[in-house]
Amino acid sequence: MELLVASAVGMMTACGVYLILRKRSFPVIVGLAMLSYAVNVFIFASGRVAIGLPPIITDGAAYTDPLTQALVLTAIVISFGMTALIVMMALGAFLETGDDHIGMEEREAPPLPAKPQEGAE
Amino acid sequence: MSLALIAALPFLGALLPGLLIRAGRNACATVTGAVTALALLGILLHAPAVMRGEVITAQIEWLPALGLNANFFLDGLGMLFAGLILGIGLLIILYARFYLSTKDPMGQFYTYLLLFQGAMVGIVLSDNILLLLVFWELTSLSSFLLIGYWKHLPEGRQGARMALTVTGAGGLAMIGGMLILGNIVGSYDLTVILQNKDLIQASDWYFPALILILLGAFTKSAQFPFHFWLPHAMAAPTPVSAYLHSATMVKAGLFLMARMWPVLAGTPEWFYIVATTGLITMVMAAKIALFKDDLKALLAFSTVSHLGLITMLLGFGTAEAATVAVFHIINHATFKAALFMSAGIVDHETHTRDIKRLGGLRHLMPITFTIVCVAALSMAGIPPLNGFLSKELMLEETVHTVWLGNHWVMPVLATIGAMFSVAYSFRLIAHTFLGPVRDDYPSKPHDPGFGMWAAPALLAAMVIAIGVMPMTTVGELVRTTASAVIGGEAEVYISHWHGFVPALWMSIIAVGAGLVLLGAHKPLEAMWLSTPRPEAKAIFDAIMEPFANAARAVTDRLHDGALARYLAVATLTILAAGYFAYETGTHTPGTRALTPIEPVPAIGWLLLMGATGSLFTYHRNRLLALVLVGVIGLMVSVGFVYLSAPDLALTQISVEVATVMLLLLALNFLPKDSPVESTAGRRGRDGFIAAAAGLGIGALIYALMTRDFAFPTIAEYHLANSKPGGGGTNVVNVILVDFRGYDTFGEITVLGIAGLVIYALVEALLRGGPANDRLLAWVPDQKRAGDRHPLMLVVATRMILPIALMVGVYIFLRGHNEPGGGFIAGLVVAIATIMQYMASGFGWAAARQRIDYHALIGWGVTIAGLCGVGSWFAARPFMTTNYGYFKLPFLEKFELATAAIFDLGVFLTVVGAVMLALASISRIAIRAGETVNVEPFDIQPDEEAATEGAR
Repeated sequence: MELLVASAVGMMTACGVYLILRKRSFPVIVGLAMLSYAVNVFIFASGRVAIGLPPIITDGAAYTDPLTQALVLTAIVISFGMTALIVMMALGAFLETGDDHIGMEEREAPPLPAKPQEGAE
Repeated sequence: MSLALIAALPFLGALLPGLLIRAGRNACATVTGAVTALALLGILLHAPAVMRGEVITAQIEWLPALGLNANFFLDGLGMLFAGLILGIGLLIILYARFYLSTKDPMGQFYTYLLLFQGAMVGIVLSDNILLLLVFWELTSLSSFLLIGYWKHLPEGRQGARMALTVTGAGGLAMIGGMLILGNIVGSYDLTVILQNKDLIQASDWYFPALILILLGAFTKSAQFPFHFWLPHAMAAPTPVSAYLHSATMVKAGLFLMARMWPVLAGTPEWFYIVATTGLITMVMAAKIALFKDDLKALLAFSTVSHLGLITMLLGFGTAEAATVAVFHIINHATFKAALFMSAGIVDHETHTRDIKRLGGLRHLMPITFTIVCVAALSMAGIPPLNGFLSKELMLEETVHTVWLGNHWVMPVLATIGAMFSVAYSFRLIAHTFLGPVRDDYPSKPHDPGFGMWAAPALLAAMVIAIGVMPMTTVGELVRTTASAVIGGEAEVYISHWHGFVPALWMSIIAVGAGLVLLGAHKPLEAMWLSTPRPEAKAIFDAIMEPFANAARAVTDRLHDGALARYLAVATLTILAAGYFAYETGTHTPGTRALTPIEPVPAIGWLLLMGATGSLFTYHRNRLLALVLVGVIGLMVSVGFVYLSAPDLALTQISVEVATVMLLLLALNFLPKDSPVESTAGRRGRDGFIAAAAGLGIGALIYALMTRDFAFPTIAEYHLANSKPGGGGTNVVNVILVDFRGYDTFGEITVLGIAGLVIYALVEALLRGGPANDRLLAWVPDQKRAGDRHPLMLVVATRMILPIALMVGVYIFLRGHNEPGGGFIAGLVVAIATIMQYMASGFGWAAARQRIDYHALIGWGVTIAGLCGVGSWFAARPFMTTNYGYFKLPFLEKFELATAAIFDLGVFLTVVGAVMLALASISRIAIRAGETVNVEPFDIQPDEEAATEGAR
């Protein structure tokens, strides 16, 4: 089982890293979502894997590590909040400029801010 | 009132003006004044005890391990300065209320002013030199904001930058000096340091510490050769100049020298460095002031000169000279603040500060003329005003001072300084107010309203009062303060007539020669203008330019906007660090027994790996990519179930639904495909980086999972105490709402903020501008479904809604003991609501569900916070929970826990944030022409016609 979890984490990480290196906003968002899966499962698995031992107290049973689960639970919800935020930012950027490149160098007709008059001061 | 509270008051109060400006400018100024007055009252309540020679203290441990404690003490010196800061602060607040125009953001001004005031009060009350340093840097920062208050003026911005650079650099030097000092003594507490004069002066490190501390003090107090920033800081609004550059910030350096006087003064090093610097500054700045035409520039250089005078007196190292220094600090604060404010009045009324364009104002502005006369004559040292008293005492001290074996240097140069001082003071009166009335003022001058001249008039009255009755008015204050400076009993004897002593003759010479200088001002000025002199700003800019260029070059190279490159570099760096750790560390094979692989999980794994692998290949088709993400998320949830994490599985699957919906809605407005843009080489490079990262992470977690815990985990504690301590059997939920409740509190706050930011983003997008135009002209790039709200979906979702809400309540209630809780329940309820939006349309659903999502977020965070605060009333630490078992008739015994209230807060925040995010996207859709349906079923068989009808 450990091998399956580790390979899944590795695969999701690789996919996430590949996607965040793309040039458009949507793949980068998907890549970040993949990385959140990978990181969440990673943290969860750092409590070691166990089958059929949920951390619900019953009489005299063994339990898996509840702490990593608690950490990951909030992480899942927070990563939803962050995904929603960057989706809106990407959407806003696209609607403002009609371009969904994320690198400054690739954006079409970058809206250059007025050059600050520092030199003339 | 506790000293800590007095120091904290201005900071706490700084929140108020920014809020109350909505209630008007008077309310804003009043509350600022009230805060200051309250702090001043706090000081005054301690005054009787301090006058008796007591030292008031207050201690709060902050970081005891570093020797950094929030210790405050109040002695005579601290009291004088705190009184000046707060007292003159009050006058400035009054003056600024009438000085600032309606276009200036007054709330900001008062907030900055209070921040600055707090930092200054902090400096003078600190008993810990590390704490003092913190406040010291805060004054640099807050004065930066104040000097650059008129952001639209380049002079203001440059002046603010220069002031910050010079005083900030000095502050850095001082940190070094203070740390050395603390190291010598073995304590960072001022009261301890001040007892150890011999230890400090005998140390080899005395000289470096002295130099570094003096660098801090000289830069702050604008002593030669660091004086150049002060005149440039005059670009600030006049209330700032009057406050910072007469009474407070520039006096911080003097305060520090006075504070450290008992342990640092008295050595030849101290005398030659401090006294000489002060003397040079005094004479040089006084000379420059005479040739300045800008009223504020004249006053700025005169301030530099007077600061030099006080520095010189402190440098003499004798108790008498230190007493005179204290007396002159008071006098200078009174007459200089009055003069600055008057200069502001002249500027305000005539719209110019250029002396060459003024003159003859005596008849037009009689009140201002009177105030300026009193203050300027005091500055010139004319009897019986207070400036005369301290100047004569100063001249008297110079007579007794030998400089490098020479008896003449000090008195002669001091007399020359006094002479220039007389000349520029009289020039200020004569060239601005005397002479014929002109007809070419930029604006018709007249005296301002009472509110504006009240503050300088009060100060001018004080100038006279102190001048006429020095011993009655400030004698005791000077004695108490001077005693605190010299660390012993000071003797104070101030009088107008000392007999025919040398100082009298020096005074007379200075006045006479000063008048002669003024008479010959024209030819002298021609000479001054024709001699080349170093332009401080040009030199400063020339020094700063290479630094700025280097910084810009580094920034531009590192931060060129290519996000993919940053991420690639960051990933490779982490990989390299991990590889280095792997290569240099030692490893033993894992010993933990592996969990067997069952067939069903293996199938799930295959699905996950297949979907992830497909994402590499098919991510360009964005819709397909989303489907794949859904598959992966589902498999991760299933994995959580299998691996004993039911709570995680429930959370993951509900988050998954919300995320996919959100991305789908966003994708509606984004391109549906990602074109191939990267070269094959770049894709190969990215693939290599991704593969390396995946292998590294996979190997790391495999290594972790196949080894036992190196240390006993704290999970044992949580498992053991969940039921007896937290009253719940679901350990994960108990950790969230109890053991780590504070953590969760922070997390729901973040989630709430994310929701609000999304709302704000959409609000900004729809307010107008290119995004709004684009939406208004939106043409859907895909065919629309004719049946927007399918009958089956509408009926099904409405049937499900009550059940879903019931499930939400159930999940919430059982959360403490079984898988569930606020997070999951919140997501379930949010999704059930979103389903209504999707099925029946936004307008229909919104009309029936009138809950404000902002309010939900606010209530959620508030309830969770109040639940934490509630434990204070039971005399327990923040967020301690309690629970008990109750029995009601006809019901079984049941449990109530305060943690459930906290969980309710979590629930509300989650619902609010998720709904706010999705509702925001709906608003974009509506702006893009999506019709708002009123009826639940609005089937549109003819798509073309319906679209046109909607527009």
